[in-house]
Amino acid sequence: MQMSAQTHYQAELDAGRFCIQQCPACERHVFAPRELCPHCGAGGLRWVRASGLGTVYSTSTIARKQDAGGNHNVALIDLDEGVRMMSRVEGLVPEAVTIGLRVQAHVGQKDGRGLVLFTPVAQGGAA
Amino acid sequence: MSRIPPSHLDAAAVNRGLRGRVAIAGAATYGCGEAPGMDDMTLLVRAAQAAVADAGLTMQDIDGLATCSVNASMWPMPVIEHLGINPTYVDGTMIGGSSFIAHLLPAIRALEAGQCKAVLVCYGSAQRSATFGRKESIAARRFLDPQPYEFPYEPVLPVTAYALAAARHMHEFGTTRRQLAEVAVAARAWAQKNPEAFMRDPLSIDEVLAARPIASPLTVRDCCLVTDGGGAIVLTRAERARDLPRPPVYVLGNATAVWHRQISCMPDLTTTAAAQSGAQAFAMAGMRAADMDMAQVYDAFTINTILFLEDLGFCAKGEGGAFVQDGGIAPGGRLAVNTNGGGLSCVHPGMYGIFALIEAVRQLRGEAGARQLPIHRTAVVHGNGGTLSSQSTAILGTFDTL
Ligand SMILES: [Zn+2]
Repeated sequence: MQMSAQTHYQAELDAGRFCIQQCPACERHVFAPRELCPHCGAGGLRWVRASGLGTVYSTSTIARKQDAGGNHNVALIDLDEGVRMMSRVEGLVPEAVTIGLRVQAHVGQKDGRGLVLFTPVAQGGAA
Repeated sequence: MSRIPPSHLDAAAVNRGLRGRVAIAGAATYGCGEAPGMDDMTLLVRAAQAAVADAGLTMQDIDGLATCSVNASMWPMPVIEHLGINPTYVDGTMIGGSSFIAHLLPAIRALEAGQCKAVLVCYGSAQRSATFGRKESIAARRFLDPQPYEFPYEPVLPVTAYALAAARHMHEFGTTRRQLAEVAVAARAWAQKNPEAFMRDPLSIDEVLAARPIASPLTVRDCCLVTDGGGAIVLTRAERARDLPRPPVYVLGNATAVWHRQISCMPDLTTTAAAQSGAQAFAMAGMRAADMDMAQVYDAFTINTILFLEDLGFCAKGEGGAFVQDGGIAPGGRLAVNTNGGGLSCVHPGMYGIFALIEAVRQLRGEAGARQLPIHRTAVVHGNGGTLSSQSTAILGTFDTL
């Protein structure tokens, strides 16, 4: 059985690994997972471990009732590899997540499946 | 990081010969606001019937159809069945709320080629009143139109996507919450002059800012209405439109651009594909933003209007906030924008594009009542779909502009 790009991505996450794709032809990184390189059209994208280091490109606090879990953060993160993804920054209140904040990925869980989440990079840490 | 896809064809040059060859000969709305007991099809058919009558035609004259629906992927078929027509031209293109503006250029080509003589572009949605309403529709679309790299983070779409764009615009250009609120306040001021508008109570900037938060920086008053409504227009070749009873509104330019689906895949959240569709539509028309007497733009959220005024060339990138400030787009301001009250205060039954077109037609014909603009020869109509994903721009004009 062959795996779709989405299935492969999720299987890696379920095993605790955050992987993104890289184009064998132009060497650029690719996210969201797909079949063809959006830069040059080449197929056969290979999977590589993401550094997980990134910067908050934009952020929003989503209003939600307390009994439904309260407010939560949704952010777009620019990974250092040059790709962007949606995620959530944890470890601080949603309102304190700011554009430009340096963040580090880890693989968390939601409903038993792996999920990429971010926390702020410690002051003086990798930048 | 910004990676705006290249476009290889000068679409404006290719389409230049179609400038003004087709006109909107009829237009109508039906059931805008709240229409309890109605369904999507009923609203569509009643709007279609009124638009065809407005054009001085009968339904049997309609031999071209363009329509789409959020809920039904094969929507043209039941519409054809209900209308009792047998069209030789059918377009069911669905790219969200911009669809009905994107339906123009293919219809112009079909009319010019002689494939059909009268195209009905039509829409109906009872999303406010229907039992299968907005909530059910959003739940169903999670499966029909999956966004697997966003849904796990519970972003509440589409509003979160627009909130992220607004936050980024504020960060890059210093756009303020008060400037965003100006857009909602201006829309309301126009709506107060429009008996068809759904929300007509006075609205202040402070009230927008103090309204219920939805997704920062946006409050509920930064978000479009959820209404019912149907709308339709009829297109014919320009020569035929001149023999019909209503003043023809000529299509001078139209172009569509799509750069992404998921907001996380948008190259740069502060520049939309309207920069491409707008430039091509203006080039086809041989006009510029400065030539426009009005702008009817798809204001699903307050940030939309600012982004589109910039991308369509009414001001430089980043200066949209200043452009709308101090009543800049309110009645009496520097540019008439969304003179019906827009999606923010007039009508928004899920897809707004057709209503922007119809308001431009009403203004260009001089039949907009208390909100009628004194100078009304040209209009830019701009549609948006998805999460800033699809953009379609049309330039319309009166006979004088040919
Ligand atoms: Zn490549």
